[in-house]
Amino acid sequence: MGLTITEKILLRHSGDKEIYPGKFILAEVDFAFGNDITAPLAIKALEEIGIKKVFNPKRIALIPDHFTPAKDLSSARQAKILADFARKYKIKHYYEVGKMGIEHALLPELGLINPGDLVIGADSHTCTLGALGAFATGVGSTDLAGAMAIGKVWLKVPETIKFVYYGKLHKWLTAKDVILYTLGDIGVEGALYKAMEFTGETISKLDMDGRFTLCNMAIEAGGKTGIIEPDEITLNYIQRNQKSEIKNLKSDKDAEYAGIKEYDVRNWKEPAVACPDLPSNVKPVSELKEIKIHQVVIGSCTNGRISDLRASAKILKGKRIHPEVRMIVIPATQSIYLQAVREGLAEIFVKAGAVFSTPTCGPCLGGHMGILDKGEKCISTTNRNFRGRMGHPESEVYLASPLVASASAIKGRIAHPGEVSA
Amino acid sequence: MVIRGKVWIFGDDINTDLIIPARFLISSHPEELGKNLFADLIPGFSQKIERGDVIVAGKNFGCGSSREHAPLAIKGAGISSVIAISFARIFFRNAINIGLPIIECKEAKEIGAKEELEIDLKQGKIRNLTQHKIYDIQPFPEFLQELINQGGLLNWIKENKYV
Repeated sequence: MGLTITEKILLRHSGDKEIYPGKFILAEVDFAFGNDITAPLAIKALEEIGIKKVFNPKRIALIPDHFTPAKDLSSARQAKILADFARKYKIKHYYEVGKMGIEHALLPELGLINPGDLVIGADSHTCTLGALGAFATGVGSTDLAGAMAIGKVWLKVPETIKFVYYGKLHKWLTAKDVILYTLGDIGVEGALYKAMEFTGETISKLDMDGRFTLCNMAIEAGGKTGIIEPDEITLNYIQRNQKSEIKNLKSDKDAEYAGIKEYDVRNWKEPAVACPDLPSNVKPVSELKEIKIHQVVIGSCTNGRISDLRASAKILKGKRIHPEVRMIVIPATQSIYLQAVREGLAEIFVKAGAVFSTPTCGPCLGGHMGILDKGEKCISTTNRNFRGRMGHPESEVYLASPLVASASAIKGRIAHPGEVSA
Repeated sequence: MVIRGKVWIFGDDINTDLIIPARFLISSHPEELGKNLFADLIPGFSQKIERGDVIVAGKNFGCGSSREHAPLAIKGAGISSVIAISFARIFFRNAINIGLPIIECKEAKEIGAKEELEIDLKQGKIRNLTQHKIYDIQPFPEFLQELINQGGLLNWIKENKYV
């Protein structure tokens, strides 16, 4: 019987002779990371068990990205725990504010994640990195502590669901719409405990930014990871000559799947919006044109990459944001920030009346940089719209692509990008 | 271990933002986090409960973020265990790793608010003392049982002399 790409990666890291869904393995970790919310707890745990060194200071990253630049005294203290630990244990990949970016955008950009790697991150959106053909999964702080100490993690080998997409996306539809429609179909526990393997001609034509967006939201279906077989696009992104090994990194034809879902993307005629309070509560944008908004956020590990900023700027160029709307644009990393400045995108945002912020997870999780008050509504390119996610429990978040969010910023209500742009 | 407590009922897809909103993640102390357990869903929840009370929920409990603060807040507030039809996977790992008893039970929906439960983890039984019913608990796989018996992941690492 053949293996899926996920099973192949896990087998290679398990030291076992065979692998099958449901089996518990103690797997070697290629890379482990945490942030200013999750890593302090891991560090506390490590100090309690009295470690003298970490398993490998070059294969750990500590990235203060959530409440930074520190929003208050307590978050400053949490960030400092990371900085102090990184210095003490000579952690190579510690990124201070100014060098820092949102972890799931920063790590691939730095070339730290490769196809076939086993990656754990103490952040649920670690599944983003599966876009590179790695097995990447989110864990908690204690798991991170364990991995930092011994370079290993316990895993239950997941079953895989294969998601096959056919056809060319209609104009105005993006990878975000693909994942939102998929979530709308399978629900927030549609892939609980399972790996989501994304494949098909639509996926093979997606650029890396789009693939990151797609895999990013696997967790919103309860998935253990999202994963895409590495191909030429992956190789060009990582710019390394590992072709022979990567060519073999594919699911076997006779691999077993827990299910196969097939979508003809041409059936999705217009962009998707996930309505409160679940990412699976998805409707076509035209059904929501009555909904007035107060805030727009472009950013996050889901949609804060350069192509997202370009898409937003294309809509906003030469226009003004609705007078009753505030718009916050947050590039995911410093290099994306710089690129946006160089390409003139930053100027477009500012002239349109938007805030152009330093990288941070910030408003996505209701941390800072755009908290909603009671009764306020936000359309956001982020990944969760749970009750109170971005502030007051009686505020609302709608999830959409940068195109839809930007069009909505101009109209002051949820809008189709075709309404403001040709 | 036998746990005895009064039931608090929750629905499906209870996410980690509801369990502990992100604005309270500026602390790592279980008791401090426990004060804000379900802060936006049931204001003052931590004052309403008694030590040992049990959470009973539907499907996909703990979905959303990886914050270990969620099971820590539950533990810190004095909740003895969580029974659900199913758990989101990171929450499941985190609970096991920190030693919060979590129980998958298909009959969770039959349990009502304020009912008294007696949970015998060793025997794998939940006794509903109010309804005079007994539910079977899905036993944990051997590996997880070992983790739980040794008091969580880090103790397990120490016991096995990995560090």
